[in-house]
Amino acid sequence: MTPARGPGRRTTRTSEPGPGGRTAATARRGAFAAAGAGLVAPEANRSNALHAGAWWLWALGLAVAASRTTNPLLLGLVVAVAGYVVAARRTDAPWARSYGAFVKLGLFVVLLRVVFSLVLGSPIPGTTTLFTLPEVPLPDWARGVRIGGRVTAEQLVFAVYDGAKLATLLICVGAANALANPARLLKSLPGALYEAGVAVVVAMTFAPNLVADVVRLRTARRLRGRPTGGVRAVLQIGLPVLEGALERSIAVAASMDARGYGRTARVPDSVRRTTNALVLGGLLGVCAGSYGLLAAEGAGYGLPLLGAGLLAALAGLRLGGRRTVRTRYRPDRFGPRSWLVAASGVTVAVAMVLAAARVPDALRPGVVPLETPELPLWPALAVLAGLLPAFVAPVPKEDT
Amino acid sequence: MIRFENVSVTYEGAAAPALRDVDLTVPEGELVLLVGPSGVGKSSLLGAVSGLVPHFTGGTLTGRVTVGGRDTRTHKPRELADLVGTVGQDPLAHFVTDTVEDELAYGMESLGLAPAVMRRRVEETLDLLGLAELRNRPIATLSGGQQQRVAIGSVLTPHPRVLVLDEPTSALDPSAAEDVLAVLQRLVHDLGTTVLMAEHRLERVVQYADQVLLLPDGRMGPPAEIMAVSPVHPPVVALGRLAGWDPLPLTVRDARRRATALRDRLADRTPRPPRALAGRDGGAGEAGGAGGAEAAGPSAASPGRGSGRRPLFRRARTAPAEDTAPGPLVDVRALAVRRGRVEALRRIDLRVRAGETVALMGRNGAGKSTLLHTLVGTVAPTSGAVRVAGRTPHTTDPRALIRQVGLVPQEPRDLLYAETVAAECAAADADAGAAPGTCRALVAELLPGVTDSTHPRDLSEGQRLALALSVVLTGRPPLLLLDEPTRGLDYAAKARLVAHLRTLAAAGHATVLATHDVELTAELADRVVIVAGGEVVADGPTAEVVVSSPAFSPQVAKVLAPRPWLTVEQVEAAL
Repeated sequence: MTPARGPGRRTTRTSEPGPGGRTAATARRGAFAAAGAGLVAPEANRSNALHAGAWWLWALGLAVAASRTTNPLLLGLVVAVAGYVVAARRTDAPWARSYGAFVKLGLFVVLLRVVFSLVLGSPIPGTTTLFTLPEVPLPDWARGVRIGGRVTAEQLVFAVYDGAKLATLLICVGAANALANPARLLKSLPGALYEAGVAVVVAMTFAPNLVADVVRLRTARRLRGRPTGGVRAVLQIGLPVLEGALERSIAVAASMDARGYGRTARVPDSVRRTTNALVLGGLLGVCAGSYGLLAAEGAGYGLPLLGAGLLAALAGLRLGGRRTVRTRYRPDRFGPRSWLVAASGVTVAVAMVLAAARVPDALRPGVVPLETPELPLWPALAVLAGLLPAFVAPVPKEDT
Repeated sequence: MIRFENVSVTYEGAAAPALRDVDLTVPEGELVLLVGPSGVGKSSLLGAVSGLVPHFTGGTLTGRVTVGGRDTRTHKPRELADLVGTVGQDPLAHFVTDTVEDELAYGMESLGLAPAVMRRRVEETLDLLGLAELRNRPIATLSGGQQQRVAIGSVLTPHPRVLVLDEPTSALDPSAAEDVLAVLQRLVHDLGTTVLMAEHRLERVVQYADQVLLLPDGRMGPPAEIMAVSPVHPPVVALGRLAGWDPLPLTVRDARRRATALRDRLADRTPRPPRALAGRDGGAGEAGGAGGAEAAGPSAASPGRGSGRRPLFRRARTAPAEDTAPGPLVDVRALAVRRGRVEALRRIDLRVRAGETVALMGRNGAGKSTLLHTLVGTVAPTSGAVRVAGRTPHTTDPRALIRQVGLVPQEPRDLLYAETVAAECAAADADAGAAPGTCRALVAELLPGVTDSTHPRDLSEGQRLALALSVVLTGRPPLLLLDEPTRGLDYAAKARLVAHLRTLAAAGHATVLATHDVELTAELADRVVIVAGGEVVADGPTAEVVVSSPAFSPQVAKVLAPRPWLTVEQVEAAL
C-alpha cells in the first residue's frame, strides 16, 4: 500500500490481514502514543519555555501559604514541595545553583531566631523552665528589655516555629530564583522600563567577568612569585580589576551605541506632554492615596486615589513606550503550561488562606500549653497541589 | 559607500593626530583590507566609519566622513546602526546579552524590526555562521572562534551595508580563522556587503581583499600593487619579492605556479634549521647539540656553512651543567587535568631539554594553555607527574619557582602592576631576588628607547609583551613559557620577538610556546607538539610535523612542498 492513499481507505481495510492492516494498527498505536506524549512534559526549548512570571507566581503562592501557618509539619511539606520541583526542573545555569544558598540562609534564620529568643527572652508566658541563663542587670530606663534569664520550652518552640515560617518564605523565593531565568523575567518588563532591565542584565553578565578577572590576576601574581593572599595582594589585584571593569563597561557601552541602543522614535509633543503629566500625576496620586490609607482620617478617599494614581502611572508608562522603537525577539508566552504552574501556586495559597479561617488551630499548633502539632489532612493535600510544575513544566535538557 | 574627505583625527592630550589628511572612497561591495604597522591609526579609521570616533571616544575629527550618504558628524553611532555593523578587537567586550540567540537578535530589537523578520534572520544567520548547535548556549562558555563568529553574526542580522572589523582573526586558530573569512567572503559575494577590515595576520587575509589600504600613507590599490611596496607583508609576498616574481603572488596557489624555477634551484640544497640561522645572527647555535638532535638531523648531514659548527662546540663547553643534568628540563608523564566533568588534558607525555624550543599548536580550547599552566604550577595535575628542573611546580613556593620557570600569559598586561616601567623593574628585581638593575638592563635591551617614567598602559601591544618578558626573565628561569605571544603584534614587533627568543635559546633557555601562528612556529621551533582534545596527537621536528599537516604549515612550506623549506629566511640563506 502506498502512502498516497487516504487514511479513510486505510481504516476500511483494518480487519483485513496483510500489510495494509498492519499499517493502520501501527498508525492507531502511534496516535495513542502521540496523545500520551502530549501529556508528558516536553524537553525545554525556547519556544515552550515557561514564562518566568509563572514560576514567580507559583513560588509566591507557596510563600503566601507558608505565611498562614506555623505548623512545622505543613511548613516542612511546603519546603519539600518546593525542593522537589526545583530538583526536577532546574537547569545548570548559574542562578539555578542559588537554591542551596537560600536553604542555608533559611537555616541560619531559624538559628538566629532561637539565639535571639535565648538571649533576649520572649513575651511567651511559659511554665516549663529548661534552664536559666545569668541575667545582665540593666538600669531602670531599660525596663522591658531583658538579657539572659529564664529559658522556657514554650519560648524555644515558639521561636523555632516563627523562624521556620520565615525560612520557608525565603526558600520559596529561592525556588523561584532557581527556576526562573532572571534575564528573561526582566525582558517581560514594559517597554518604558526597558533601559532599567538592560542595565540589570549587563550588570549580571559583569559579575562573572569580574570573578574571572580576579582569578586571572591572582594567577599572574603567582607568576611573579608573590603571595596571593594578604592586604597588599588585595590592593594590588583590586585596582587592575576595577580598571578592567571600567574599560569593559566603556567597551560594552560603545558596542550598544553602535548597535542602535537608545534609538528613539519621534513622538508628537502633545503625546510627550501627556506622558509626563500622567506619570507625575499618577505618582502624586499614589503618594496621596497611600497617606490617606495609613492616616486615620483619610480612609474614605485613600483607596480610590491610590487606584486612580496607579492607573494614571501605568497609562503614562504605556504611552511612554511609544517613544521606543524597540521590538521583542521571541518573548516568553504565557501558555497553558505557564497557566497551570501559576494556578497550582495560587491554589495552594487560596487553600491555606481558607484553612486559616476554617481550622485555625490546626495551622497554628498551641505553644502555651505545648501541643504536639498534627498534620491537618486537607490543607496538606492542598499543599501537594504545588507539585504540579514538576509534571507539567518542560524538562530542561541535560547539559552534555 | 564610504567616503573620507581630508579627515584628520586628534585625541585630547595627544601631541600628533592619530590620522592625518585621509582621503579615500570605498566603493560598494568591496572587501578592503587596512594594513600598516601598529599605531598608525587603523583603529581610529575604523571607528570613524561607525561614528564611534569621535562621538564616543572624544577627540576632534576634521574633514568629513560619509557612509551611505550619511554624514557621521550629524549622525550618532546609533543612527548609523542600521547601516554599519562594527566588531571590535575583543569579541567579549562586544556582547550585551547572555545567550547566542539573544545576542543575534539584539541589534534588530534596537532597530525595531518586526518579530517575524527577526526570527527568520536569526535562523538564517545561525546557519550562515554554523552556530545552530550553539543557539541556547551562554556566550561565556564558547571558545574564541565561536565567540568571534557570534560577534560577527550579531552585527549581520540587521543587514548592514557596511561591515567594519578590527582584527577579526587574530585570536583564532588557523581553521577557525578560515571559517570566519569564508563567511566574510560569502557576504561580499552574495549580499554585496562592503567590508572594511584591519588585520595584522596578512598571510590569512590578503588573498580575500579586493583592495588594500596602506596606512599611514593612505594609499589604496589592488593588493598586488600595494604589497609590492608595503613594509608589512605576508611570507608569500616576501618570497615573491625575493624571487623577483612579477606580478607578486598573493596566494599560495599563485606562488606555486611560479615557483617551478625556484624549486629547481633549491632542489640540490638542504634547508638549515632556524637555530643555525640564529647562530649566524651572532648567538651560539646549537645545531646537532644534545638538545636539538632530532630537529637538527638534516643539517648535521648537510654541508651547511662552516659558521654553524664552531658555536656548537663552544656551547657544548659553556653549558655543561644543563646538558649533564639528570633527565630533561621538563618531564611530564601521564598528565591529566580535570575541571568538573571536563577532561582538559589526558595522558600527556612531554619532555623538553634545555635549549630546546617547542611549539604547542592546536585549535582553540585544545588544552595548550592548561598545559603551560601545569608547567608553571598554577594548575595542579589531577593525576600523573610534572617535573620542571626536578621540582613539582604546583607544590613549589612561587618565589623559588620563578627562578626555574617563567610564563608570559596571553594578556601580558596581567603581569604588570606598577605605575611606571622603572617601578615595575624594581619590583621584578625584588621578586626574583636579582641584583638591582637586572630587569632594567633587560628592558633596555628588548625595548630600547623606553623611558623610566612611561606608564605600562601607554606601551603598545608589542612593547608591553617585551616588558612582561623582561620581568619574567629577571629570575633567569631556564624554562620560558609563552602563551600566544604574537597576538596583536605587527610583523616588525614579531621579528624583534623572534630575534630575542633565538638569542635566549642560544643561551640555553628552553622555550615552550603555545601559538596559532604557523609562521612564528616555522621561524622558531625545533619541535612541534600538536594538541587536540587534551591529548598529544603529534610530536616531532618542526619540518616533519608542519609539512605533513596543511593546517599548520607555513606559506613557504606550502609553496615549496614537498621539500621542507619553512621560512623565507631559509630560502634567502640558501640562495
